[in-house]
Amino acid sequence: MSEAFISVDPTPTDWRDPAMQTRIRRRYAAERRFRLIGLGAVLLSAGFLAFLLISMAMNGLNGFRQTELRLDVDLRQSGAALTAAQLAGPDAEQALAEVDFEGIMRRTADAQYGPRGARLFSPAGRLVLREAVKADPGLLTRPATLWLPAESGIDQAAKGHGTAEADARYRPLAEAGRARIGFNTNFLTGADATDPTAVGIWGAFKGSLLTMIITLLIAFPVGVLSAVYLEEYAPRNRWTDMIEVSINNLAAVPSIIFGLLGLAVFLQVMHLPRSAPIVGGLTLALMTMPVIVIAGRNAIKSVPPSIRDAALGIGASRIQVVFHHVIPLALPGILTGTIIGMARALGETAPLLMIGMRAFIASPPGGLAEPATALPVQIFLWSDDVSRGFVEKTSAAIIVLLVFLLAMNGLAIYLRNRFEKRW
Amino acid sequence: MDTETLTAPKMTARNVSVFYGPNKAIDDVSIDVSREHVTAFIGPSGCGKSTFLRTLNRMNDTIPSARFEGRIELDGEDIYAASMDVVQLRARVGMVFQKPNPFPKSIYENVAYGPRIHGLAAGKAEMDTIVERSLKRAGLWDEVKERLQESGTALSGGQQQRLCIARAIAVDPEVILMDEPCSALDPIATAKIEELIHELRGRYAIVIVTHNMQQAARVSQKTAFFHLGTLIEYGETTDIFTNPRETRTKDYITGRYG
Amino acid sequence: MSLGVIALLVLGFGFIAWLSAKARAAAFAGGGRQRPHSLPAYHGWYVALWAVVPALIFLAFWAFLSDRLVADAVLSSPQAAALPAIDMQRAAILAEARGLATGAVGAANHAEASALAPVYAGAISFYAWLGLAIALLLAFAGGAWAYTRLSPNFRARTRVERIVMALLLTASLIAILTTLGIFLSLLFETIRFFSMVSPGEFLFGTHWSPQTAVQPGEPSGFGSIPLFWGTIFIGAIIAMIVAIPLGLMSAIYLTQYARPGLRRWMKPMLEVLAGVPTVVYGYFAALTVAPAIRDLGISLGFAASTESALAAGLVMGVMIIPFVSSMADDSIAAVPQAMRDGSLAMGATRSETIRKVLVPAALPGVVGGVLLAVSRAIGETMIVVMAAGLAANLTANPFASVTTVTTQIVQLLTGDQEFDSPKTLAAFALGMVLFLVTLALNIVALRVVKKYREAYE
Repeated sequence: MSEAFISVDPTPTDWRDPAMQTRIRRRYAAERRFRLIGLGAVLLSAGFLAFLLISMAMNGLNGFRQTELRLDVDLRQSGAALTAAQLAGPDAEQALAEVDFEGIMRRTADAQYGPRGARLFSPAGRLVLREAVKADPGLLTRPATLWLPAESGIDQAAKGHGTAEADARYRPLAEAGRARIGFNTNFLTGADATDPTAVGIWGAFKGSLLTMIITLLIAFPVGVLSAVYLEEYAPRNRWTDMIEVSINNLAAVPSIIFGLLGLAVFLQVMHLPRSAPIVGGLTLALMTMPVIVIAGRNAIKSVPPSIRDAALGIGASRIQVVFHHVIPLALPGILTGTIIGMARALGETAPLLMIGMRAFIASPPGGLAEPATALPVQIFLWSDDVSRGFVEKTSAAIIVLLVFLLAMNGLAIYLRNRFEKRW
Repeated sequence: MDTETLTAPKMTARNVSVFYGPNKAIDDVSIDVSREHVTAFIGPSGCGKSTFLRTLNRMNDTIPSARFEGRIELDGEDIYAASMDVVQLRARVGMVFQKPNPFPKSIYENVAYGPRIHGLAAGKAEMDTIVERSLKRAGLWDEVKERLQESGTALSGGQQQRLCIARAIAVDPEVILMDEPCSALDPIATAKIEELIHELRGRYAIVIVTHNMQQAARVSQKTAFFHLGTLIEYGETTDIFTNPRETRTKDYITGRYG
Repeated sequence: MSLGVIALLVLGFGFIAWLSAKARAAAFAGGGRQRPHSLPAYHGWYVALWAVVPALIFLAFWAFLSDRLVADAVLSSPQAAALPAIDMQRAAILAEARGLATGAVGAANHAEASALAPVYAGAISFYAWLGLAIALLLAFAGGAWAYTRLSPNFRARTRVERIVMALLLTASLIAILTTLGIFLSLLFETIRFFSMVSPGEFLFGTHWSPQTAVQPGEPSGFGSIPLFWGTIFIGAIIAMIVAIPLGLMSAIYLTQYARPGLRRWMKPMLEVLAGVPTVVYGYFAALTVAPAIRDLGISLGFAASTESALAAGLVMGVMIIPFVSSMADDSIAAVPQAMRDGSLAMGATRSETIRKVLVPAALPGVVGGVLLAVSRAIGETMIVVMAAGLAANLTANPFASVTTVTTQIVQLLTGDQEFDSPKTLAAFALGMVLFLVTLALNIVALRVVKKYREAYE
């Protein structure tokens, strides 16, 4: 046995020593605590998310329901100068516009529900009446029973959140069988309004749609082409470095700065129409483009060099290699990144506020250059009103937005899982 | 020349089998680890010698799909029993890995890590002593005593491996397992490590896995030859290398395959 | 005859050019003597591009130019003499006349507008036809010239590919252009702002009330220290107190302890947290969290308001968790397994290995992630707009209402915007500060992460 390294050697560690055993026990206890803290953190985060989603769902589900009151109408006695023939003809809208549906509704309601009976109905009632006549011209020639939306107080009373006064008004109606709760189709087809029973999200949704189309049309080509250039062709020099740094930084710039850019350049310098989807689309395109570039670069990077070499070996030019071989293989990754970028753009509010897409838009936008709003902005505008009626509508709009985002992200994940090849 | 020792083996393995999921990596291996000798595990790559080595300090537990069957004892205690504390076990059975893996800390902290978590030093003075002793035993003290605060990763490959040996020694183990400790080192560093093993023998029971037969012949007194997860032959090193009993052993030794 | 229609006509012409050039090139190949350098399609593209691109570039300029020309024509017409001299009225009438001419407006309010409308219509029509003529001329000229260059030896594919390369390069330059655009637009407005309010007062003043008029000699209400404080208080302090522990411990648990099944469910859950739009977080904060916090604050004896820093900070922290967690996850996973094994082999428990070996080794990556998260938090707008309020308060009371840089940017730009008022320009100045700070944080974060990555490779 070698003697060379024996220095002062204390007794070897006694693992059975009670002090050591206690110490080991304490270490294991610390281990258990640490592990529990980790699990707790994960569960707490999940809990926050669940709390958020459940609270939105609970508040918003009622937004999809609308209390309706029964109204027996007989348009023959209403004095409306409207015929079925007119409704079938080309001037139908004009003819409809000239009829005072509001007056008809008021008189009929007063007759059936007593004085001030018209106040029981929502301002949207006349629109529903109008649409009913348009859909079924037979209503002009025979009495019918319609169910028109009730006003906000009664609506809330039916859903169990009414004030005492509204409850008092609602109960006799319910007992007489003149009230029911149905699906609120107007919410999905209508536009902004001042009364919570009359609001709908289609106006904002169409605005979002138009804006997204512009964003996609601009950000996708620019993003993909930039990614191709940077990955395949860019020489390693200062210019390319600057482009790379710019893109990485752009991806992290707060979204409100893009709004300021849009305001200064698109509105002030280029005089594009305020509040229009085209401006919103341009602004969001600038914001989404870096995301697509980064996703595109990663996708292109993951295509193995062997494929490129094989194509070059056959005599394809560099551009042909890229467009015939690399891009098709990188496409799933590029598409995934694009969808994720678009989902982010769909949920953005701040830049759109800056360029003015926050006006009160009472009817859906007709084209790309008309004033419009977007769904998240609509949610923001409604959020100021904390009356019960608006809270449920705002939450319902949030549910619609989240469903769309979930669908988009789900599509991206599906694409990624299905088509991503592992080399 | 060493006479046949009559003391009990430090570790005994009986009928050990290891499964990774459905695949059997080790098949019914039984072997003794002597407390005074260096035992070498040799065999072609992929034959399971590293896997078996890792069963001796339960490092296989860190792999979720691994499953163990059999019995391994350290000084007569079943190390896979529920009553065996794995933390203690790994302090008593230390390990040095193939690629030197010093922590990204100072040299001093690397060596002090083990004693610190196990509470083996009562104060700074005692810790200094432990660090100095471990580095001396690993043959590294003279080279680093002036720069204990420098990062462990700044040393050369051979020095890093000796640092890892010092680190393992610092917790006062009874057995040291070495998994191809020299395969990532140049010949000069390898020679130093082999010299170190020679000096550590006796104070610690050493098991060394190596794919280099000459190295096994140089440093060990007992050798076990593994092939495809089974123990083919185990005996005195000189016997294995000059007069193996099994044909497969002979074929491997003479280089017919491997 | 709008610009869109003209562009479509040009594209149509380009298509015809493509077809004819391709046909001509196909004739080369049929010759059989010698294989032409490029496929007929490339010849087609060459001619088509030469026809379409110059014309489209012209049209882009024409869009701006024709506006100016039309306005000049209308203003120099005899009917324009009847216009009032006051700018606002004049602009209103002009706008109405234009609307009448394009059919966007139905009936006129001003008589002068009705008189001007035909002039407008005439001018718009004239310049539209002029634009069409020039565009088509350019298209024809370009296309014809290119057509004459076609020959069997003509390297059409090379030319076309060079154009494609130019296209790629242009696309990439848009990124630089955008960055430059942001910087310059912010810079110009900020400089104009500093000509009205001194930079020192803006950056170091503590009194923020932009609604009061700027009085010469008195400190203006543009001291933004309360805004900076509010931003830091909510984003860098409260939100980080929530996000760092939860994010880091989640990452540790998911990478070191969780079974694969749990990890597979939890990672997407964290991604969902990051995908919820901020307006939803803001609404949740305003509707549910803020009242609860206020009640809590009152019960604890603080002066609590409905809009509180704590409510906004809490929700913002939850939103930031995925950023911290994902960076931490990547950094810890990047620590070599050998290090973990080395520690476990010495008898350390898993938590000791994590705390003493893995996290210190992964620290630069984690710190980088935290910096990026802070940068994200201070740039966040909707949560603070909806839950934190507008009161420029320099307070350390988390239950009180404070305001942030982003809230004030939104606030200042709401309503009428005379672009030269100090209020509007102040928004840009704030934007500049925000841009520079987030840029600095991002650069530092990326540098920290890069240095760390080098250490392991």
